[in-house]
Parts: sequence; structure tokens; C-alpha cells
Amino acid sequence: MQDMTSGKPVVTDTTSTILDRAAEAAARATPDTLAKKVRGLSDRMVAWIFIAPTIVLLLAINIFPLIWAIQLSFTNYRANRPNEEIKNVGLQNYSRILNDADTWMAMQATAHFVFWTILLQTLIGFSLAYLIDRKFRGHAFWTTIILVPMMLSPAVVGNFWRFLYEPQIGLFTYIVSFFTGIPTTDILMLSSVKLAPWAIIIVDTWMWTPYVMLICLAGLRSIPDYIYEAAEVDRASNWRQFWSITLPMALPFIMLAVLFRGIENFKMFDMVNLLTGGGPGSTTEVASITLKREAFEKWRTGFSSAFAIILFVAVFGLANIYVKVLNRVKSR
Amino acid sequence: MKSTLKVSLGLAAGLAASTAMTGASQAEDLTLCWAAWDPANALVELSKDFTTQTGIGMKFEFVPWTNYADRFLNELNSKGKLCDLIIGDSQWIGGSAENGHYVKLNDFFDKEGIKMSDFVDATVVGYSQWPKNTPNYWSLPAFGDVVGWTYRKDWFSRPELQQEFKAKYGWDLDAPKTFAQLKEVAEFFQNREIDGKKVYGASIYTERGSEGVTMGVMDVLYSFGFKYENPDKPYEMEGYVNSDKSVAGLEFYKSLYDCCTPPGASNSYMGEGIDAFKSGQVAMHMNFAFTWPGLQKDEMVGGEKVGFFANPAGPDGEKLAQLGGQGISVVSYSDNQDAALQYIKWFANPEVQKKWWSLGGFSCLKAVVEDPTFPESQPYAKTFLDSMAIVKDFWAEPSYASLLQASQKRFHDYVVAGQGTAKEALDGLVKDWTEIFEDDGKI
Repeated sequence: MQDMTSGKPVVTDTTSTILDRAAEAAARATPDTLAKKVRGLSDRMVAWIFIAPTIVLLLAINIFPLIWAIQLSFTNYRANRPNEEIKNVGLQNYSRILNDADTWMAMQATAHFVFWTILLQTLIGFSLAYLIDRKFRGHAFWTTIILVPMMLSPAVVGNFWRFLYEPQIGLFTYIVSFFTGIPTTDILMLSSVKLAPWAIIIVDTWMWTPYVMLICLAGLRSIPDYIYEAAEVDRASNWRQFWSITLPMALPFIMLAVLFRGIENFKMFDMVNLLTGGGPGSTTEVASITLKREAFEKWRTGFSSAFAIILFVAVFGLANIYVKVLNRVKSR
Repeated sequence: MKSTLKVSLGLAAGLAASTAMTGASQAEDLTLCWAAWDPANALVELSKDFTTQTGIGMKFEFVPWTNYADRFLNELNSKGKLCDLIIGDSQWIGGSAENGHYVKLNDFFDKEGIKMSDFVDATVVGYSQWPKNTPNYWSLPAFGDVVGWTYRKDWFSRPELQQEFKAKYGWDLDAPKTFAQLKEVAEFFQNREIDGKKVYGASIYTERGSEGVTMGVMDVLYSFGFKYENPDKPYEMEGYVNSDKSVAGLEFYKSLYDCCTPPGASNSYMGEGIDAFKSGQVAMHMNFAFTWPGLQKDEMVGGEKVGFFANPAGPDGEKLAQLGGQGISVVSYSDNQDAALQYIKWFANPEVQKKWWSLGGFSCLKAVVEDPTFPESQPYAKTFLDSMAIVKDFWAEPSYASLLQASQKRFHDYVVAGQGTAKEALDGLVKDWTEIFEDDGKI
């Protein structure tokens, strides 16, 4: 219902009157002291009150432990010797880590794992996204099916892949044996020094490729159709359209997926722990496994804090550089 | 109004009384922490008698072996009050004594007339004393355990296999007396088809994560002449840990792993070993004695099909075995120390110890294991006694965890991953262990 002359809703006055009355009633019902207090708060103060719980939580569970870990990293503290005097050892822990061959072996294993998983997941994930984006019949169903692995718990995935890799009863080894003719008992996916790193890469790729696909799919869907229509008018080939439109425009999304997976895989623990426990020998001992052993098996708390700080700085530094590159790509 | 008041007062009084009673019963309840395994179930059964006799309720916190050390060492290090009593691993004794986690029991033993001489000597040294071989007691030997072997007696007794074996190796197929014989038996069974199924020689410890490969390797190395240190100069390890005899022992363990274990057994410990034996995959099986009652009762491989033998002798005839097992201690952070000590007094009773053995717990009381009827009490009882007579344990120093992780890495790298030589692995181990003792200020 509108006022025919002004075109404004006729309910406006009535509504404002009702609201005013309600506000007055609320003000009257509010005890004086509280009312004064509330009236005395600035917008900024109210905003602070709302975000304070979050900030307190952040300080308590992120910043405080970080500062504490930094402090511990300069000491010889061991959590299993609560009565022992804590000595400041300066940069000794850092120097030991950086000069320790085992640490560099672990970093090498981590780099191998991160490089290959990201490469495979990006290639396969983007290819799948490209196919799904074609919107063929049943594409929604296949998208759901493809997403299933990433919805599973890593503990479940690790355990059932351990069975799949079993040399005597494993389905994976049976299939490989069927196609290659190699006896199943010779396919030692988790026991062979050469195969074990690849066994973990395969599982991680299987599980997390759908995640990369999803991000790439979002990127592909964000490209406006009119650009392709203009390219069609210009008689650009599919190949040309892919290289000049699809890939450049989806690139920020691909880079984002690489960033997420890179950070995740740099601190990969659960899958490796479940599948190989870092073995055979130390072949698959990635940095987080070494860190766990130092912190909770050897109980070298100061030493492991220093190691954690080094890893944190490495991930944080690389991620920052990467984000800068990503922003540059996006701004093009 | 009056009646309402009466009802309210009555309810309040009832509520207060019930709260007080609950509080009282909770204060009396004891929590015992241990690993989640068969003997723990036997202990639950046994402890019902304690509750009946004393009115003290028992609660149990059992954690799977893979997390046992992590979980309970965390609990002790954080001075947690979860456990009033703890059955901690033998290697924890040094750290727990020095860091004040356990209550020292000397005065209590004296007061209650509990004599350590009543318990098997090796278990007293292994589970109770710190420093070793001194009369300072931090726990009561609770569960004797040692690494030994089980074998498929039914396969070993098949005439055609016996004949073939004799023709090939020149001695009768039987439980091996030496490690050289053990390897021959393992080789004989490796990849052999028995009842239409491919079987393998032996299941041995190869686990990387906790302590598996170290327990297995040490079990063999001792009999080859391995020594932890110079007996005259503590912590001097050069020439002892990496002696020629130790190198030969480590090479033997690797050769056994390479030739005669099931495919993919690169991360195998107690559970995996039991699975391999129970599923009929292996002819012989290295494992702690606690597994024997379960295997004896097993429908598929138990009864007459299974045999037991103590660790075979090394090249020089020396025969030693890796000690397992634990002592029971009172946690110094517990608010129920008196009741916990009462439990230990009850547990040390010979009648309780007899029942403990009958339920599947491996008693360490001499009155039980030296009873003339003991060797015949179970098919594995004599092997258990023979094995307990030859035990040797890993370091029990406060830094045992670091020492253990160093050996886990060195042994797994060499035995399973095939990296380097046995000499390099043991030289590296001397270097690691020396560094740890230097950090501790012991060298």
C-alpha cells in the first residue's frame, strides 16, 4: 500500500511510531546505571567487546604457545625432566639442527613428497576440473563421486591403503601384478626403499586431488562465457582458447590450490605415520615425523621447539613470497 | 507449608548425604594404569578380590602398546593425578625414579615385611631397582616377561619334512638350539607350500615407531656377545657396542630378515607377529612370553600344534634374551597413596600371586615359579622359566627414550632399509649414545 501522491509506503509513519514507542519502553525498562553505561560506549568500544573473545582465544592458543616455543628453543628444556634446571643454550639448538645430516635428510624427504604430490594433484585436479566443466550428462554425479576421497578421515584412508598395499592380500598389489606379471610378493609398496615414498605420494594424490579439482573448477566457472564467444568470433582454436583464456584466468585459482596443498603437505604427518611410520629405515621420515620423535619420543623439548620454529619460518616465508607472486598474477 | 519445608529439608539432607557418600567412595577408588593387552584383562579379574577384601574400588586406564609410553610418560611428566598405580615399562625406572614420578618403596617394604629376595632376581634388578644393583626399590615386580620363540610343532613333526630337512642339513628338525640352526630352519620353511598355502620361515621384530626393531635386534645381539659398555668403565661403549661380535650379530639379524620373513614384514612388532603366527604364515615366531597363553589357547594354531623354546645360543654358546615385563609403582602425584600401597601389599601376597599366574599373569614371585609343579602347570611354563634365567635389559637410564630412538633409527636403517653396513650402524650408534650421555653430563 502506497501514498498515491508521494509514492512512499503509508506504513512508514506508523512503523516508526511503533519502533519509537518500543525503544522508549525498552529504555524505561533498562536500569539507569546500565543504560548510562551502554550509552557511554563508543562504536569502537562495542566493536572491541565483540572481537575480544576471539582475540583472547587467538592469543591463548596461537600466539602464547608460539612465544613460549620461541623461548624454549633457546634452552635445554626437556619435558620429561621437570625437576632439572633449565639452562639457556643460546643458538646451540638451531646450529645443531642446521648442521645435522638427519634433519637435512628429513627435509629432503619432505621436499620430494611436497613436490611430487603438488605436481600430480595440480595436473590431475585441473584436468578433472576441465572435464567436469564441460557439463556432460551426469557431471554432477561424477563430481560427487570424485569428491568422496577427500571427505574421508586420513586415519581411515591410511589404514585401508595399508591393506591395499599388502603384498599377499592387497588389491592394489594384485592389480599391479595382474598388469605387469610381477609376483605380488615382490611388490613391497611399504617395505621397499624405492617404492615407499611413492606409495605415500599415491595415497595423498588419491585423497587430495578432488580438493584441487574443486578449486580449479571454481576458477573455470568464474570465466565469463562472453570471452569464449568473442574468441569464437575471432575463430580462435580450442588450443588457443585454452592457452590464452582458460589457463591465464584460472591461474590464480590453481596457484591458490598449490598454496593450500603446499602448506598442508609440508606439515604432513598422519598419512605417513599410518602408512610407513617414516620407514623403511628413514626413507619416508618427513620433517613432521622427525619433529614428533624429537618432541615426544626423545623428549628434547628445547631442541624440538627450535626445529618447529625453523619449519614455521620456512613455511611462513615461502607462503609469503608465494602470496606476493599470486597477487601479482591476479593483478595482471 | 510445614510439610513442604519438611520435604525440602529431607531432600536436601538426602542429597547432601549422597553427595558425601559419592565423594567418599570416589576418594577410595584407585586408578591403575597399564597397557591394553590380555594380561590387563587378567588383572581386572584378579583385582575384584582386592575390592571384595578392602572395599576399595578399582578403575583401570589401559592404553594400546603403540601409545602406551607416549600417553603415560606424558601423564607422569605433567604430574597428572590420573594414575594412582602404574605398571610402567622396565626402562622407565631410571627416569621415573630420578624425576620423582614414583614413590620410593623401601620403607614400605620394610614395614610390611615384603622382601625383594622373594622375587626372581632378574625381575628385581630389571623392574624395581634404580640405580641398578643397589637396594633402592621403586616398584614391585608385577609381570615377568621375556622374548622367546613359538614354533609350529605340527609342521616340525611331519615325517616327510623331517626326512627332507635331515637330508639337507644333517640334523633332526626340531626346536633350534643355536641361532645358526634357527636360520637353517627358517630357510627350510621359507616359501614352502604346506597344505596348499605358501608359508615363511619366521616372524621377527622390525617395527620402527616405538621399540620393536631394537627389542628384536638386542634379543639376538646379546647371545652374539654384545655388551652395552665397558664393565670396568661405565658409559665407555667403543669396542663393546660395536665389537666384532656385535657386528656379526647385527649381520645375522639382517640376513634372517632378508632370507626368511614374510614379504612386507618391515614394520612388524608384537601384534603383527601374533597375526602372522595365528594365520599360519610362519613356522617360527619371535615374541614376548605374554603372547604364549593366547597362542596356546588358539583354535587354529594352539594346543598340540604349538611349541615353545627359549632364545637359542649364539656362536660362542652364550645364551641371553631380551627382558620385557614391568613392575607396579605408586605414582607420587596421587592423592590416594595409602590405598595404592595397600594394593601393592595385597598384590605381593603369595596366594594372590598364585592366582595371578593361573589367570595368565606371569608372576615374578619365587614361591610361584620355583614351585615343583610350576614347569608342568602350562605347556610354556618351563620355557618361561628357562628364558627368565637368561634375561638382559636395554638401558634403563633417564635418557632411555633418546637412547632407544637412536637404536631404532640405526637398526631399521640397516636391517630393513639396507643402508650402510652393520659396522657403520653400530659405530653410528656409539656416536649417538655417547652424545646423549654427554648431554646428560654422565661422560
